Amino acid sequence: MFELITAFDLNSFFSSHLGENAWIPMKVLLSTWESIYMVFISTFFSYVFGLPLAIILVTTDKGHIMENNPANKILGSIVNAVRSIPFIILLILIIPLTRLIVGTSVGTVASIVPLTLAAIPFVARLVETSLKEIDWGLIEAALSMGANARQIISKVLIPEAVPSIILGVAITAINLVGYSAMAGVVGGGGLGTLAYTYGFQRYRMDILLIAVFILIVLVQGIQLAGDKISNKILDKRR
Amino acid sequence: MIEINNLTKVYHTSAQDITALENVTLSVNKGEIFGIIGLSGAGKSTLIRCINMLEKPTQGSIIVDGQDISLFNRHELRIARQKIGMIFQHFNLLSSRTVFDNILFPLEIARVPSSEARRKVNELLELVGLTDKATGYPSQLSGGQKQRVGIARALANDPKVLLSDEATSALDPETTRSILSLLKDINRNLNLTIVLITHDMNVIKQVCDRVAVIAESRIVEINDVLSIFSNPQTPTSQSFLNAIMNKDIPEGILQRRNTDTADTISKLIRVSFIGASAGEPLISSMVQKYEVKANILYGNIDHVKDTPFGNLTMELIGQPVLVNEAMDFLFENGLEIEVLQNV
Ligand SMILES: Nc1ncnc2c1ncn2[C@@H]1O[C@H](COP(=O)(O)OP(=O)(O)OP(=O)(O)O)[C@@H](O)[C@H]1O
Ligand SMILES: [Mg+2]
Repeated sequence: MFELITAFDLNSFFSSHLGENAWIPMKVLLSTWESIYMVFISTFFSYVFGLPLAIILVTTDKGHIMENNPANKILGSIVNAVRSIPFIILLILIIPLTRLIVGTSVGTVASIVPLTLAAIPFVARLVETSLKEIDWGLIEAALSMGANARQIISKVLIPEAVPSIILGVAITAINLVGYSAMAGVVGGGGLGTLAYTYGFQRYRMDILLIAVFILIVLVQGIQLAGDKISNKILDKRR
Repeated sequence: MIEINNLTKVYHTSAQDITALENVTLSVNKGEIFGIIGLSGAGKSTLIRCINMLEKPTQGSIIVDGQDISLFNRHELRIARQKIGMIFQHFNLLSSRTVFDNILFPLEIARVPSSEARRKVNELLELVGLTDKATGYPSQLSGGQKQRVGIARALANDPKVLLSDEATSALDPETTRSILSLLKDINRNLNLTIVLITHDMNVIKQVCDRVAVIAESRIVEINDVLSIFSNPQTPTSQSFLNAIMNKDIPEGILQRRNTDTADTISKLIRVSFIGASAGEPLISSMVQKYEVKANILYGNIDHVKDTPFGNLTMELIGQPVLVNEAMDFLFENGLEIEVLQNV
């Protein structure tokens, strides 16, 4: 699936075969779609890895249901280490890894790898906070009924934290909108590339502004959706 | 049903070691409601949490239904815990689940087949009178209703023992009474052993058969409830009793007292009575017999498990000889007498 999309690079198709200005609205649309695509996929994968990581971080903590101090300390430091690398450096640093996974280091799909990697530790800490908000009494009640760790995770921790986790997803996605624009500047595609190639390299202020405007709309939309879903679940429980 | 032997629990904190329980030994009989009373920080929660191993004892053994659960491995412990229900002061219901699903929760944990589990939940909803709230969420319930869900949930796997850690402390007196009577019904109908913790002697009075008084990490007194009420052995027990007995006489009453005349004296006494020798008939026959006036100033009458007990503060007025004879009469008839003021 990945190969299909990269093989057929629409951006270069448009600029080489057709006149510039006529296709600008099309390009804006396409870049927007690329941005949404990058953000969506990397948010998804950052939770695939970040959520279990958060669960391990929380449950291996001192006094928790799977207390394991060495594991907790090691994972914690790895998470911190990755978080402390600036995104733009991470982007360059993992080019070999990106090539290994996607086959190339430029384009939309290639951006997903560094975006996901940067977001995983962020997600882990975010979800960790959500899980730690849960009243210890609930875990204790489950323990008193004879629940095992797996049951406590799947029946208490996650369901209780869902509204808060969803707000975290919105925060993550919004962060990734910013990061994806940054990746765009170094050839990652999407609105970042659009803004850079037209706005910066060709002095097209109008396109730059349009890109910024779309980014704002994207961020607002994500936040709105996150709040809405989270509140809907909370309302049901109220 | 529960045997606790030489239980000691020390919490190791970074600042210091805290001994929460020291050499606690007690046993709870099958089918009784056993109360544990003590001031805040005495170690009550620690004690009850050791019974289902939510806290690991530092020393000592805990035998529940013939098995020393302090020796169990994790798997055995999980199985054992399914048969030890627990209810909590703050209910600890899952906000993500409906009332029905909250009660279903322990059955899911025990992997009870779905149809059987659902039948059981409906039964329990009926038992605690919340059938109409089944599809609601805990946040839509009052405190008393939440605790009823907590009780239903605790009973789901047919436990042998129910542990209650201050289950009524967050409730008003009326609701407390209804929750306690529910517990009492369950105790009778299911022959369920209940261990309950409280700092309120009223709770003990209403439902317990026996009570352990805990002070500063140690058990200072264990007795049946009636004996504790009639004859508390330790200052701790006494102060718990005073808190609900209102033994302190209001200032105003002392000031309204009569003064002595030439040939009569007035004595302020307090008689305490328990059981069948209810005070008032005795006092009226004393008045008839000895020509003394009994001016009742203040009193408390209450019941512990259907046995009346209480105290009356009164002024006896009459000739000195007669007043003394009247007091002897009361004493001989089994009342306890305390002279508060000799005028
Ligand atoms: N997890 C813990 N770590 C350290 N110390 C603890 C812990 N739990 C309890 N303690 C200490 O042990 C002592 C007994 O606490 P416990 O909770 O058993 O008291 P309690 O009688 O239940 O009090 P309360 O009526 O306030 O609930 C207290 O001094 C308390 O500070
Ligand atoms: Mg307590």
